[in-house]
Formats: sequence, structure tokens, C-alpha cells
Amino acid sequence: MWEKVKSFASDFFVTGDPLIYGADVSIVLAAISIVFVMTYFKKWGWLWREWLTSVDHKKIGIMYILASFLMLFRGGVDALLMRAQLVVPEMEFLTPDHYNQIFTTHGVIMILFMAMPFMFGLFNVIVPLQIGARDVAFPFLNALSFWLFFSGAMLFNLSFVIGGSPDAGWLAYPPYSGLMHNPGPGQDFYIWGIQISGIGSLMTGINFIVTILKMRAPGMKLMKMPMFPWSVLSSCIAIIFSFPILTATLALLFLDRYAGAHFFTLDGGGNPMMYINLIWMWGHPEVYIIVLPAFGIFSEIVSTFAKKKLFGYKSMVYAMMIISILSFLVWAHHFFTMGSGADVNAFFALTTMLIAIPTGAKVFNWLFTMFRGKITFETPMLWTIGFIPCFVTGGMTGVLLSVAPADFQFHNSYFLVAHFHHVIIGGVVFGYFAGLYYWWPKLFGFKLHERIGKWAFWLWNIGFYLCFMPQYALGLMGMTRRVATYGWDKGWWEMNLVSTIGAGLMGIAFVVQVWQIVYSVKHLRKDRTGDPWNGRTLEWSIPSPAPLYNFATLPQVTAQDEWWEEKLLRDNGQSSSVPPALEPIHMPKNSGIPFVMSMFWFAAGFGFVFQWLWLIIAGLVGVAVCMLVHSFNYDNDYYISVDEIKRTEAAIREVPN
Amino acid sequence: MKASKAVRWAASLPMLLLLILTTTGCTEKFVVLDPKGPIAEQQRDLIIISTVLTSIVIVPVLILTAIIIWRYRDRKGRKAKYTPGWEHSTKLEVIWWGIPIVIITILAIITVKGTYALEPSKPLVSDKKPMTIQVTSLDWKWLFQYPEQGIATVNYVKFPEDVPIRFEITADSPMNSFWIPQLGGQMYAMSGMAMTLYLQADEQGAYWGSGANFTGKDFTKMYFDVHAAPQDEFEQWVSEVKASSPVLTLDGYKRLSEPAASDIRTFSAFPEGLFEMTVTKYASSHNHGLSWEDIQKVQIEE
Repeated sequence: MWEKVKSFASDFFVTGDPLIYGADVSIVLAAISIVFVMTYFKKWGWLWREWLTSVDHKKIGIMYILASFLMLFRGGVDALLMRAQLVVPEMEFLTPDHYNQIFTTHGVIMILFMAMPFMFGLFNVIVPLQIGARDVAFPFLNALSFWLFFSGAMLFNLSFVIGGSPDAGWLAYPPYSGLMHNPGPGQDFYIWGIQISGIGSLMTGINFIVTILKMRAPGMKLMKMPMFPWSVLSSCIAIIFSFPILTATLALLFLDRYAGAHFFTLDGGGNPMMYINLIWMWGHPEVYIIVLPAFGIFSEIVSTFAKKKLFGYKSMVYAMMIISILSFLVWAHHFFTMGSGADVNAFFALTTMLIAIPTGAKVFNWLFTMFRGKITFETPMLWTIGFIPCFVTGGMTGVLLSVAPADFQFHNSYFLVAHFHHVIIGGVVFGYFAGLYYWWPKLFGFKLHERIGKWAFWLWNIGFYLCFMPQYALGLMGMTRRVATYGWDKGWWEMNLVSTIGAGLMGIAFVVQVWQIVYSVKHLRKDRTGDPWNGRTLEWSIPSPAPLYNFATLPQVTAQDEWWEEKLLRDNGQSSSVPPALEPIHMPKNSGIPFVMSMFWFAAGFGFVFQWLWLIIAGLVGVAVCMLVHSFNYDNDYYISVDEIKRTEAAIREVPN
Repeated sequence: MKASKAVRWAASLPMLLLLILTTTGCTEKFVVLDPKGPIAEQQRDLIIISTVLTSIVIVPVLILTAIIIWRYRDRKGRKAKYTPGWEHSTKLEVIWWGIPIVIITILAIITVKGTYALEPSKPLVSDKKPMTIQVTSLDWKWLFQYPEQGIATVNYVKFPEDVPIRFEITADSPMNSFWIPQLGGQMYAMSGMAMTLYLQADEQGAYWGSGANFTGKDFTKMYFDVHAAPQDEFEQWVSEVKASSPVLTLDGYKRLSEPAASDIRTFSAFPEGLFEMTVTKYASSHNHGLSWEDIQKVQIEE
């Protein structure tokens, strides 16, 4: 009996690596201390009532952002481990197997479990406030999306200590990711972690399209909408068309692995090239999905801190919509070297280059928003200004890569690695940081400390260029991606050393940011205006943090920069008429079902990974029961009375100093 | 005058970088930019042309960014204009939709021409008859078969200079990518099909190649040596290999294809049709309904 338990445990848990044992210990210690603190302060009820069951878009947004910061930490540690392994030739810090797992989890986590939830977090906290709505169109679905993402992410991260991490790269190309070459459970963790969170992503896409199309405040025509919701709309359109492809592709890969199908296997008539096409039909739109909202954020910030209307509003909107559509027509540029022939390669090279046109126009519009403006350099604006040269040069190397015949020399090299980090960090990460700094006071009612924020900004930027510029050179020196080590003979070590130093600086920058948050909380300086940056759009017209119902009375919109125009009127003494009378506000009720249902999904996913039929059935039955219970629950809304609105509003405006 | 100083400084940076590179002899390391064959040379030219073309837009934009940010920063006693309501100018918008369109159009023409000219399966123009080398990606080594000479090598490939080489590439392993940076761009090695890649070395010399696509544990050890030699030296090497190296048998191939890294090896002969067998054993039309193991058994017994 004991022997059986021992042999099960040695397969079940990941063993043999001191790094992982260390992580095991710290995970257990962290878990124990969280349970202790929560119990000691009697916070479990609060956690359940206020957060786990909440359908409030603001709280869901905060949970998304918190989760994405945790994932940024995990993905960042992965990155630092990789750079440590590559710092000098013939390093023996990580074994090749371990290295392969780490670059796989780094990629998956950074894109799917860091960038995506960070983006969804910003959608959630800001879109309803900017369009003058009280919540998203489907609040229950929104909570379910978050918890599905969360359980998918946890399932994926669990592979670190149980069963073993996936090691087939972030897109898991077969045949290597097939059963023949990759029998372990790691690949199944990959499939189910992404599948479960992918359902959530798709639902969020639907939710925000409907929210933006149907829930805008009276008078806000589409062409009067702020730029951020426009970017969210263009991104969500790409989500709803691309995520089903991902789900189908991974489902087929799962059938290959679980049911002995032959969609992508070497034998039995399988075709791995089909997988590579399908995964990039999702994968390419995916990178535009995450970068388009960043464009929206920059547009808001540039206009606020240049104190000037956004230049070329219409052409910004068209540019984003064109990018959203073109993103579906470029996927084959990820494998020009797969022998598709000159016709196919020429087509996809051209469509890829076309994307540079609307993107270039956007850059000019940002520049001319600042032209004849009055620019101030608070942290959100700093990130925006850091973004422009970074993204412009990163976009330029993208155009170089799109020259198909030249790509034969760039493909799979560090040139490519440098390019996509260049645009994803310079575009997406800088954008989300800018957005977080910008909207932080709206979320929590106080600004983050500016000076520490500037330190973080400069450390990030210097670290970024030190880390990735040498990688372009390494690519031209013939260094290919995913090599676990290299020899002294190739002359690659100087550039790798510099690159690792840069990565270290970015790691320090992240710590500085965490310190900045802690410091700002400790030395809290509350913002009473609700409008600390002299903003232009509706979210700044309400108190910070926004009350549960956001707007006591729904605003009447007449202009693009509604709040800015309103402030101009007030300055001229032409303040708009008396606010309309308060009315009871219709709100959604909290529900525990999204959380419980996602735990059942987690259980089912875990069952699929280890092929425990009983757990699969139990999990899926639980999911079905949750759906049924919710379908027959008609008690899911309530009204906030006028008295309570009055009390809340009075309390917000009269907090003692 | 601080602005122009910053611009000058920014312009001197790339110069400095270039100076460091050339004086320290670093340029040799940039194998992609140091081509030794017609394909790599044309690809290097394309890289340079496209870099220059895109720089025509990018550099002014970077300078413009610096100027705008400097000139329109908020400070006391500023003389620059402030027009908070100015939000549209058709003329300007036409200009900055137009500039990228022009540059991209030029680049597109060059790219399409290059794509057809450098299609990897297109034979090279040469008065010499091309030589075929069959390449198989194994876990984790490269097998080269010389059907015309009847020899085979592992992780080492030698061929005459100035002769077009027709590489036929397949895999008996997960998908890899065959890349000799100084001779030309890469081509995926995939099971169940033979990809064609024409390369040529214009001068004799020792180069290196690699497996550019991740295939698992020892993928890092899939570098191979490339040697372009004068015709007579090549022929002498072939006869040496024929005289002194062991024969690669079917059983030997089976052992060779087991997952492990390998040193350089040479074989004086290989089984007839080994490459074709490797390609067809995965091809769907030949083995539908049979498992991979079954196929292997059938063909090994023949």
C-alpha cells in the first residue's frame, strides 16, 4: 500500500529539482499564512460577499488586474531564469528539459494569463464609466468570465508542481506536442488551462460588444464615443471571430491525445501543417486584440496631458477597424518558410505590410495631438511618450520581417524574438501600465506616487532597450530561439550578457512598481476631486472610487469630450441645468454561481489532464447543475432606493479630512 | 539650442555603434550580413534595402517626436502656439496616410519580385549541373545522404564550391528547420514530404548550419558543419569516405534515429531508397489505417 502511494506521488508531484522544491515550500507557506490571516481577522465572509460573488464590473476589473500582476511576476521570474541560463555560454544552471518548460510557460502566461486579464481588467473598470453606463450588459456573465479565466490560469500554473509543465512552446506545434513525442500531462494542462480561460475570453468579447453598442448614455452616438471604447470594440470583434478557432484547434489536439484521433499526428493521415495554420489564424489576431486597447489608452492619455482634443478622431476609428479586419488576413507570415510557394507568400507579405499604413497614420495623429498642445509629463504621459519611439521602431522591424524572401533569414532567430518583445512590451505592456497609472485614482481614490513611478519608468525603459536591442544583433549572428545554451565559438556571449543585464533591470523595475503601490497606500493622499488629471471623458465626472451604481443620474451626452466641454461651460458660468431628479436604480444581484461553476470546470479540467473519468464526470455534472440552478433563478436583480442614493452621494461628498 | 544638440547626439549613436563593430572585427559574427552565396547575398541586399526604405519614414518621425515633445511642453513663458480645439486637417491627414502608402507600395513591389525570384525550390542559374543532397532531420542530429556519390554523413555536409546544391529536406522527427545562414535562408524539415531548397557557396570555406525550429530536449545540439571545397578536394573526400567509413544499414539507421545527440559521422554507403522510405512512411496515402509502428515493421523487413 505504502509503496503504491509512494510511486503515485512520485509521478503526480514534480520531483528532483531544488528550484521546484523551493517553490513548493514557499507556495505552502504562503497558502498557510493567507488562511491564517483571513481566519484571524475573520475576513472569509467579507471575501465571499464583497469579492467572490460580486458582479460589479469595477471589482471584477480589480480582480483581473490583481491576477495579471501575479502572473506578470510568475512570467517575469520565468524570463529571468531563462536569461540567467543564457548569460554566458555553456551554462549549466537549468537542464534543457527545464529550460524548455520555462520558455513555454513564460510565453503562455505572458500572453494569455498576463496581457489578456490586464486588458480585460481595464475594459471592466473603465468602459462602463466612459460610456455612462451602470454596469456591463451581462454582469453575471462577466463574473463567470473572470472566474473561468482564473480557474484556467490556476490549472495551468498547477502544472509547475503537479504532473510537470508543458514544454512544447507557447503555441504547442504538433507533432512535437502530440502523444508520440510528448506523453506527459504537461501538454494536457496547457490544453485545458487555455480552453477553460478561453471560454471566458470569448464571453467577455461578446459582453463588451453588447455593452458598447447598447448601453451608451443617452446622446452618445458612436462617433461621440471616447477612443478607448472604440479600441475595445475593435478588439472584441477580433476576439469573437478568433477565439472559436483557438477552441476548435485545441479541441482537435485534445482528441488526438485523448481519443487517438489523427488530425495533426505524423501517422494515420494527420497533418501538422493544418494545426500551424489554424493556431495562427487565432494567434495573429490575438496580438492585435491585445494591442488595440493599448492604442485606445494612449489616445485618451495623449489628449488629456496635451490638454487638447484628439487629432483625427475619425481616421483613428477607421484605422483601428481596418487593423481589426486585416489582422485576420496575415496569419501565414508566421511560416513563410513552410514551402507554401511564391503566390501564397507574396499575398501574405502584402497584407502584412498593409497593416503598417493605418498604424503609421495613428502615430501621426498622436503626434499632432501633442502638436500645439500643452504637454505635462505625469507618469501616464511618460509611458505614452516612451511608447511612441519604441513602437515605431518595433513596427519597423515588423515591416522588415514581412519582406517574405528576407524573412527566410530572420525566421526562428533572435531577430524575431526581439521584434515581438519590442512591440508587445513597447506597445501592450507600456500601454496597460499607462492605463493603470492613469485610471488608478479612479479605481482607488488616490494617485500613485509620481517620483517612484518615474524611477520605475526609466528602469523599465533602459532595461528594455538593453535587453532586446542586443537580441536583434544576435538574430543577425544566427542565434535561433529556444536554444537552451550555446558555445563559446559563435561569439554570442557579449550580446547575451548585455541582454541579461537589461532583463535584470526590468525585474528591478517591477519591484519598484510594487514598492510604489505599497508606498502610495501607506502615505495615502486621498483625491477628493474625482478628476485629478483634469480629464476629458465621463469617468472623471463622478467621484473616485465610483459608487456602486456609477452615475446617480445618467448623463446626457452632447459632445465627444463631454466632461471637458461641461467644465468649459461651468468656467464660463453657463453651467448646465439642474440635474434631473433621482430615480431608483436597477442593479444586478451578486451570485456565487460563477465562482462555484468555475471550480467545477477546474475539477473537470484536472480530471481531463490525468484522465480520471470520475472527476471529469463529477466536474461536468457540477457545471450542468450550476447552469440549471441559474436558469431557474429569477431573483437576480434589485433596486437601489432614492434615499440610499442620496445617503451614498452625501457620504462621498462629505468625508472628513 | 538644446534640441539640436540632442538630435546631433542621437545621430552620432548609430555611427559610434558602427565604428565599434568595424574596429573590433565584430562584423564577421553577423553571419546573415556576411553572405557567401548568391541566395544569402540577395537576402542580405533585401534586408538592407528594406531597412533604408523604412528608415526614410521612421527617422523623421523620431526626430519630429522629439521636437514636438520638446517644443510643446508646458512651462512658464512659453511662446509656442496652443490650440486646444484644433482636431482635424484633411491636408495633413492625406499626407500621413499617403507617406506610408507610398513607401509600402515601393516595398511591396520589391517584396513580390523577391518572393518569386528567391522561391527556394527554383533552380539556380549556373552552367554547372546541380548536385543533390538529401537531408533528414532526426532527433537530434542531421543525416545527409549523397544519392549521386552514394555516401552519407551525420552533422557534417561537404560540397563543391560554385555548384548549385539541391537540398531535399525531410524529417523523421518533429518539425525542424534547416538553416545555413551564410548561404541562405531556412526551410522547414517536415515528415511526410520532401522540401526543396537550392543553395550555393561562391567561395570555399567552413560555415555552420543549425536546426532552427525547436524539436525537444537536445535540439540545442543540432548544429552541423558545412564545408565548401574545390571540386577535386570534394571528390578526394568522397573516395576517402568510401574507402574508410562503415556502411549505414537499415538497422544502423534505426539506431541512428533513436533520440540522442550525435557527433560527426560518415558512411560509405546507405540503403537504397532510404530517403524515399523516410518520406513515404508518413505520407497519408501509403499508410492509412496502419499505425506508425506497423509501417516501420513492414518496411524494415523488406
